[in-house]
Amino acid sequence: MDLMKLTAVQLSEKIRAGEVRAAEAVEAALAAIEAQEKRIHAFITVDRDGAMKAAERVQKRIDAGELKGPLAGVPIAVKDNICTKGLKTTCASKILYNFVPTYNAEVIENLEKAGMIVIGKTNMDEFAMGSTTETSFFGVTKNPRNPEHVPGGSSGGSCAAVGAGEVLCALGSDTGGSIRQPSSFCGVTGLKPTYGAVSRYGLIAYGSSLDQIGPVANDVTDCAALLSVIASHDPKDSTSVELEDYDFMGALREDVSGLRVGIPNEYFGEGLDPEVKSRVLHAAEVLKSCGAQVEHFDLGMLEYAIPAYYVIASAEASSNLERFDGVKYGYRAEDFEGLHDMYKQTRSQGFGPEVKRRIMLGSFVLSSGYYDAYYLKALRTKALIKKSFDDAFAKYDVILAPAAPTAAPRLGESLSDPLAMYLGDIYTVSVNLAGLPGISVPCGSTSAGLPVGVQILADCFKEKTILRAAYTLEQALGKEAQHGEGI
Amino acid sequence: MAREYETVIGLEVHVELATKTKIFCGCSTEFGGEPNTHTCPVCTGMPGSLPVLNKKVVEYAMAVGLAANCRIHQYCKFDRKNYFYPDNPQNYQISQLYLPICHDGWIEIEAGGEKKKVRIHEIHMEEDAGKLIHDDWEDCSLVDYNRSGVPLIEIVSEPDMRSAEEVIAYLEQLRMIAQYVGASDCKLQEGSMRADVNLSVREKGSDTFGTRTEMKNLNSFKAIARAIEGEQARQIDLLEEGRPVIQETRRWDDNKGESYPMRSKEDAQDYRYFPDPDLPPVEISDAWMEEIRSSLPELQPAKKARYMEEFQLPAYDASILTESKKLADLFEETVALGARPKKVSNWLMVETLRLLKENSMEPEQIRFTPENLKKLIALTEDGSVNSSVAKEVFEQMFRDNVDPEAYVEEHGLKTVNDAGALEAVVKKVLENNPKVVEEYRGGKEKVLGFLVGQVMKEMKGKANPAMAGELLKKLM
Repeated sequence: MDLMKLTAVQLSEKIRAGEVRAAEAVEAALAAIEAQEKRIHAFITVDRDGAMKAAERVQKRIDAGELKGPLAGVPIAVKDNICTKGLKTTCASKILYNFVPTYNAEVIENLEKAGMIVIGKTNMDEFAMGSTTETSFFGVTKNPRNPEHVPGGSSGGSCAAVGAGEVLCALGSDTGGSIRQPSSFCGVTGLKPTYGAVSRYGLIAYGSSLDQIGPVANDVTDCAALLSVIASHDPKDSTSVELEDYDFMGALREDVSGLRVGIPNEYFGEGLDPEVKSRVLHAAEVLKSCGAQVEHFDLGMLEYAIPAYYVIASAEASSNLERFDGVKYGYRAEDFEGLHDMYKQTRSQGFGPEVKRRIMLGSFVLSSGYYDAYYLKALRTKALIKKSFDDAFAKYDVILAPAAPTAAPRLGESLSDPLAMYLGDIYTVSVNLAGLPGISVPCGSTSAGLPVGVQILADCFKEKTILRAAYTLEQALGKEAQHGEGI
Repeated sequence: MAREYETVIGLEVHVELATKTKIFCGCSTEFGGEPNTHTCPVCTGMPGSLPVLNKKVVEYAMAVGLAANCRIHQYCKFDRKNYFYPDNPQNYQISQLYLPICHDGWIEIEAGGEKKKVRIHEIHMEEDAGKLIHDDWEDCSLVDYNRSGVPLIEIVSEPDMRSAEEVIAYLEQLRMIAQYVGASDCKLQEGSMRADVNLSVREKGSDTFGTRTEMKNLNSFKAIARAIEGEQARQIDLLEEGRPVIQETRRWDDNKGESYPMRSKEDAQDYRYFPDPDLPPVEISDAWMEEIRSSLPELQPAKKARYMEEFQLPAYDASILTESKKLADLFEETVALGARPKKVSNWLMVETLRLLKENSMEPEQIRFTPENLKKLIALTEDGSVNSSVAKEVFEQMFRDNVDPEAYVEEHGLKTVNDAGALEAVVKKVLENNPKVVEEYRGGKEKVLGFLVGQVMKEMKGKANPAMAGELLKKLM
């Protein structure tokens, strides 16, 4: 039996039933990583020994009947901007190339409580800044479907690891689309929860008001199960919110009858690849045939989303990244004269060009005399974007849209034109600005065989509505594929 | 004709709050401690750590603000002040710029016999930085983050003060407010109260301000007074010579009695303040604010007036006793046990303050209890001990909070009121000093004091001096 062909929930069932040992699951994942890494390079760190020891501990708890959760015993990959005690956490940056956290992020504590096993840390764009996983100090990750293409980013390592079958599930983080866009590019399912649903404690911040950790997996069920594990109210994170209930698997019903689905016209205008467009609209048709009411409408504000996002995210990043200064941890330049030169050399050598660009952009928009014109205006725009979604959700239960304008670009195509790369985030950043939850579900492939994902969005804390719609769509598309129709 | 100048002073006062834990994490705020032992990922700026506001900080800041007649921003925010320095582990300080918790208040001060209001522009909450230690021997700098994240409030006055005397009176009032509401112990030597002085001079009668300087590094009231005198003289000298005052930050060196420029306005940093996205706005309900307002204690001016009225204390005594909350509490608790107010006041004003000064202690460090002070006063009032023995007992009490009754008993210090025993000693003294007796009989009455002293000496201080005097006179 190839354990890596199961879903995470199926694997855990077998482990809890005693058919498979947790150590075997870890060994299977390690073997898959061994086989795939040369081709896709999804990991920065693989923690063989740590994972094997964790498997023993988890096995004892399973044998003692202490672990009953749906993902107990399942190995998981974690994006390298989430702190893991005793395990190097680099943010894919030279400036943290040797940083070993002294504490676990809250989500890691939650994984351990649920009996999940961290097997390694995945590659990403440096400090989550980028859309291709090409800005990593540790080298690029490649798309598992076609290694000449990027996996997307910034959670490219997590999505590629799942897509390549190295792990059955992973954690990513999403500040402007960093889970949904690479999920779309890699043909996996990734969910960005409502801001506040998952603790940010221990997530190395990029844009604090936008960052959110979320699950990446091969299907909606595994995503829902993993969301149940990681979502929690954490008093250590002042922006954490207590949810009414954490049973997301209960939402997995094949039922969208009467579900009101809105399709924003602006998301299907210029710049959208025709193949992506037809795959996404096909998904809408499928939902309609399942009983949903599908309607096109004007959402508004889309053209302001990218500038507002880059002003706010860069401003917060410029401040969040100040602590990387060579004083306390991480990289320190070897030659310098005095304190200020040490700061300058360390940061000049430690950060890559995309990170520097955003630090400069953020410092500029916060500087005296420009604050009102840029930062405050961006905050007002953010509030207006939120309002346009509020109005939409008064009429629709979910919004359906593409996750990205194109399928995965070729390696090296994007970084030469950062502005074009920023524009690629157009369908995802509004969701972060409004704090909404969103999922990307595979909805087919282009003629070149590259995956396409469809985004399903809902109002804050309506993850269950999203999961129900996504699950129904997934099941319907699956049946379609079996019968050889479409796709 | 010589021009007359007026000095205009505004203060920024930092007060460390008396919370048990830091402003954004659960670490202890205790002073001292081995370097970097009161630290955690949050107060050392570890990647991924997040701040969580200590509610007590808001309550203390609100209490000080309400006591200083401030208005409260019931929706207030924290902002990040960005600057690079190793004592600041995140390279930004969490403070309040746009919506500070308290604004537009005032306190009344009394200086040179006149009362005056000093307006308070705002009070905001912020975190303290760590401490840098420069090791010349090893040629390196070390940083101790024990203080990093200790809660502070910064109280910013309007430029309403005109002299060092007014400044000191203002600081005294602030200190009393903070101590009375329990927000701070305001120990200057531990840095829990520090002031930056903004000062300018102008010709008397002018209605525009002169160019101001800001002086830092002032951590005692005396240093503040000296720095003000020094800076106003320096600025007047410049103006007299027709030279401009430069807007700059200066560092006062109290040992040399001089200030030095630290940085000018041109080098002023852009702190790129913006609202901290990790901390939601603080929303203060009417109920919460009223809870704080109604729990404010009687403040010093009211207490002083009451002491004069209720206990018939002179204004001076009432001032001294109420200047320290600890002294005032001790006074009232001892009086409540039945001791006479004037007696209690005397013990506190004279012996207690003397011993505090001799031992360089603050009233907060007093160890003796109201019960023991009451017992000591009772011992003096019923003649059980004479005044010199009482002082000796008090010193023991001050040092170790000994029970005066037990101490007097144990050391046999009780005044001997036994006439027979006294008479024997008096007779012995008279016999041993025939010449002095002669002088007394010859009309030199002041030698009586010498003879009483001899009796006291013989009886190791336990005699009742009045009784001894009477008996000596009778026998002579």
